[in-house]
Amino acid sequence: MNRLLLNKIILILSTLSAVIGIGFLFWILITLSYKGITSLHFSTFTNDLVEGGIRNLLIGQFTMALMASAVAVPLGMMAGIYLREYSNNSKLASVIRNLSDVMMSAPSIVIGVFVFALLVAPFGGYNGWAGIVALTIMMIPIIISTTDNMLALVPIELREAGIALGGSKHKIIMQIVIKAAKVGITTGVLLSFARIIGETAPLLFTSANNQFFTMDLTEQFPSLTVSIYNLATYPDEASRELAWAASFVLTMIVLCINLLGRYMTRHKK
Amino acid sequence: MSEKNIIMDIKNFYFTYAGVDEPSLKKINLPVKKNKITAMIGPSGCGKSTLLRAMNRIHDLYPGNTYEGEINLYGSESENQNILDLKKENDFIKLRQKVGMIFQKPTPFPMSIFDNVAYGLKLAGVKDNVEGRVEKALKDAAIWKETKDRLNKSALGLSGGQQQRLCIARAVALKPEVLLFDEPTSALDPISTGAIEELIAELKKDISVVIVTHNMQQASRLSDYTAFMYMGDLVEYDKTETIFLNPSEKLTEDYITGRFG
Ligand SMILES: Nc1ncnc2c1ncn2[C@@H]1O[C@H](COP(=O)(O)OP(=O)(O)OP(=O)(O)O)[C@@H](O)[C@H]1O
Ligand SMILES: [Mg+2]
Repeated sequence: MNRLLLNKIILILSTLSAVIGIGFLFWILITLSYKGITSLHFSTFTNDLVEGGIRNLLIGQFTMALMASAVAVPLGMMAGIYLREYSNNSKLASVIRNLSDVMMSAPSIVIGVFVFALLVAPFGGYNGWAGIVALTIMMIPIIISTTDNMLALVPIELREAGIALGGSKHKIIMQIVIKAAKVGITTGVLLSFARIIGETAPLLFTSANNQFFTMDLTEQFPSLTVSIYNLATYPDEASRELAWAASFVLTMIVLCINLLGRYMTRHKK
Repeated sequence: MSEKNIIMDIKNFYFTYAGVDEPSLKKINLPVKKNKITAMIGPSGCGKSTLLRAMNRIHDLYPGNTYEGEINLYGSESENQNILDLKKENDFIKLRQKVGMIFQKPTPFPMSIFDNVAYGLKLAGVKDNVEGRVEKALKDAAIWKETKDRLNKSALGLSGGQQQRLCIARAVALKPEVLLFDEPTSALDPISTGAIEELIAELKKDISVVIVTHNMQQASRLSDYTAFMYMGDLVEYDKTETIFLNPSEKLTEDYITGRFG
């Protein structure tokens, strides 16, 4: 076959598949926006789930994600710094790296089941803490790998220059290297937050859901994503509308965090 | 040679990288003269950087390398000390404040121009007259005029040549006794290179300089003494004129005249 013809065919095929992919994406986004916005009322934000709103769900979802971040970010960063800066690629380091990679690719439902066995079954019921732990477990490996990778991008010479200027290794890492990797690490933290705020599976049988507003983490805890999952299966129109509205709000939140991350990477320095 | 004119004396020095059987440097003997510029030349991989990096023990950032022999530092305050005897991080830090280093690629820290220079002072625990010392260092490094109106701007916004002079200012601010340059101009354009060379020539009033370079003209223009290295050996060391005009080793002559390397 003529090579030019082959080129053309491949070009057409790849354009076509790109168009189909983007087409579907827009279809989803447009449907979601249309159904979401038309189902959205001011009261959606002021009412709790019992009254047909998502106020308690938003607060619950953010509470769990923020508390998970409060543990996962410092812990993951410390592990990432250890791996990249202190481990000298030792045995222990490669074990941690592999473990972290395995954890990152573990299906989130498996993490949910694991935490269920650990913190739900023995304590006789779903609770907010279990949800937080599941999200934390999801988040730690992501933070480890971002920190590790972002530090790897900092040139060796920058560390050596700091050492040559009479700095201790510890000071140079904390004051120079991390500063140089700050934008990348912050972006990674934002993206991983965006990732866990939209998770359902790890919460499904750990914190489950709550129709009422609560801040008591020993109880079932309100969740936006689990609510969407439940509401979408209910037969009544009101529930399904609320599911659309909640999905729309969730998508907007995730989109905004992602855009913020992109914006930060673009406007480095 | 009276020891008075020597700031650093390398004697029977061997260096072996971690996990390597053969030493990368063998039986090196090299004096570094006070307030002079010593150039190190030789083909790629002959061990110039390895030797330079031993002089401030930056090799110790990575574990498992072995040293043998002596590198004596005859500092003004410290009397004679063999820097290969140092073991504690604190002693390394003191050594590196006396023996500074400039790298091939400019290495500005991600902070303001002022903070770049002040950072070394802060590490050294200098508290008084920091502003005055930063200004003096920037003037000494011939970059004050270009930076005085933008001291609080990020150093990353400077050109490559300016960044390199900033790095020199940063090192000069600590008033070191020796400055080590590892191909400081090989990433720069000719004009910036000229500026850096001028600066280095100026520095030797107060500082002893060792410079690694691949540029023969640079070595002959700039240096007072030249050491020619080849495959881990120091083949010849002499006055720069002698090395370039009348070397005693055939190998040196072949390299200088561009027959290999
Ligand atoms: N970290 C290291 N581990 C093991 N061997 C190394 C290491 N760094 C350098 N070497 C080896 O040591 C020898 C000397 O290297 P060095 O970098 O000192 O050469 P150089 O003269 O500076 O060369 P260039 O002009 O290319 O910079 C080389 O054979 C090199 O392969
Ligand atoms: Mg080199």
